[in-house]
Amino acid sequence: MTDTPPNPADGQPIKISARDVTVSYSGKQALHDVSIDIPDRSVTAFIGPSGCGKSTFLRCLNRMNDTIEGAKVAGSLTIDGNQINDRSIDPVVLRASVGMVFQKPNPFPKSIYDNVAYGPRIHGLALSRSELDEIVEGALRKAGLWAEVSDRLTHPGTGLSGGQQQRLVIARAIAVNPEVILMDEPCSALDPIATARIEELIDELRENYCIVIVTHSMQQAARVSQQTAFFHMGNLVEYGPTEDMFTNPRDTRTQDYITGRFG
Amino acid sequence: MALSRTAHIVTAYGEELDQLADDLARLGGLVETQLEMSIAAVVRRDASVKPDIKAREAQVNALQVEVEKRVLRLFALRQPLATDLRMTISALKVATDLERVGDLAKNIAYRAGDLAEFAPVSLTQQVERLGAIVIKQLREVLDALSSADVEPAIRVWHSDDEVDERYNTLVREMLLAMTEDSGLVGPGVHILFVAKNLERIGDHATNIAEAVHFMVTASPLVEDGNSPS
Repeated sequence: MTDTPPNPADGQPIKISARDVTVSYSGKQALHDVSIDIPDRSVTAFIGPSGCGKSTFLRCLNRMNDTIEGAKVAGSLTIDGNQINDRSIDPVVLRASVGMVFQKPNPFPKSIYDNVAYGPRIHGLALSRSELDEIVEGALRKAGLWAEVSDRLTHPGTGLSGGQQQRLVIARAIAVNPEVILMDEPCSALDPIATARIEELIDELRENYCIVIVTHSMQQAARVSQQTAFFHMGNLVEYGPTEDMFTNPRDTRTQDYITGRFG
Repeated sequence: MALSRTAHIVTAYGEELDQLADDLARLGGLVETQLEMSIAAVVRRDASVKPDIKAREAQVNALQVEVEKRVLRLFALRQPLATDLRMTISALKVATDLERVGDLAKNIAYRAGDLAEFAPVSLTQQVERLGAIVIKQLREVLDALSSADVEPAIRVWHSDDEVDERYNTLVREMLLAMTEDSGLVGPGVHILFVAKNLERIGDHATNIAEAVHFMVTASPLVEDGNSPS
């Protein structure tokens, strides 16, 4: 669709703006002319059946598709008005300001401390050890993990539970002062309690970050997001306030998908 | 109450929604018959319907409880969304209204026995006419519900003004008649109660019309910001 869907979060400034974004992998088109405005300081959920293009579009937002051979991205994609596909943009710097959390927690095989300190070190964000300590503690606190790990920061991050590892990965993303946090099914490997903790964390983080989450759980999209976008066969079918999407979707395809009539 | 032509992937879920719609249709049918019997009993001044009406009321109550259980189960186990969510919540509201209509119909039938103790009065004809309108309202709104059709629901919603108008006229004429002939006070009071109950049933039909409108369109039924009086 080439029409720009309305911005459903009235009053919030637009953080991410996409116009006619298409993605193809080795000539096969995976995403067709996606245009969307994603507001700042809120949670936007991408839903849709497997292969609908939601993760493909999410990966456009921090140029993760660059790492896939044969992937071609076209169209306009801006964050705060800056074209992120511009040649002058360093993808490594972009990925610090657009952090990403994956389906499976992926802590480095390092200590809890070093996992969080890794980003600030390579981006030179701390001038001293005490400054680095502050960044690590602040990020772990924001990720809701500090109380559980403050007495074992030297222990390996991989020794934590799945839910704790996911929060550690979120702390790692937060430590480099991102503006956008992308989450690709962050709870699909977690039990309901660990999921609830991550959802609570997402709700707290939205005060300071623009969060975009891909989820297969409709209930999760309904619980955590303020806007929901429904993708189907590489098209953005419908985008609106989450409440409207789940009580009164406009498009029959959205309706059939969220009521469990096709999948 | 089918709002989507596509079947659910999980067949059992689709069947549970169908069963809810079936129960609601049965509840509507029971209440409609109850109302027809009650009005006929008043017109005939026939006290004999009382046991039958009482038995039907028990059925209505049991079916309303069944609808509530089904809705609770759907919310807890299926988390319905979009059209399914609106249909489920509307079913709960409609069942409550229908149960109230059943109660009011029972009250009307009981007045038939009271009226039998007096000589026939011509004002009963006015109640019969009001009753015919209310029965039509209820029938049409139940049809609108089962066919998920918003247009007849809107018509029923507007027709409530006519019910109110006829009710007010009946009350005025009744008061006048009772003032002129104190012998009419006895039956007149019962006729007034019957008329009041019919007017209330009209209000419940309006509520059901609003529920149908919400179920189909996801928006409340309002016109120029005003609800029907």
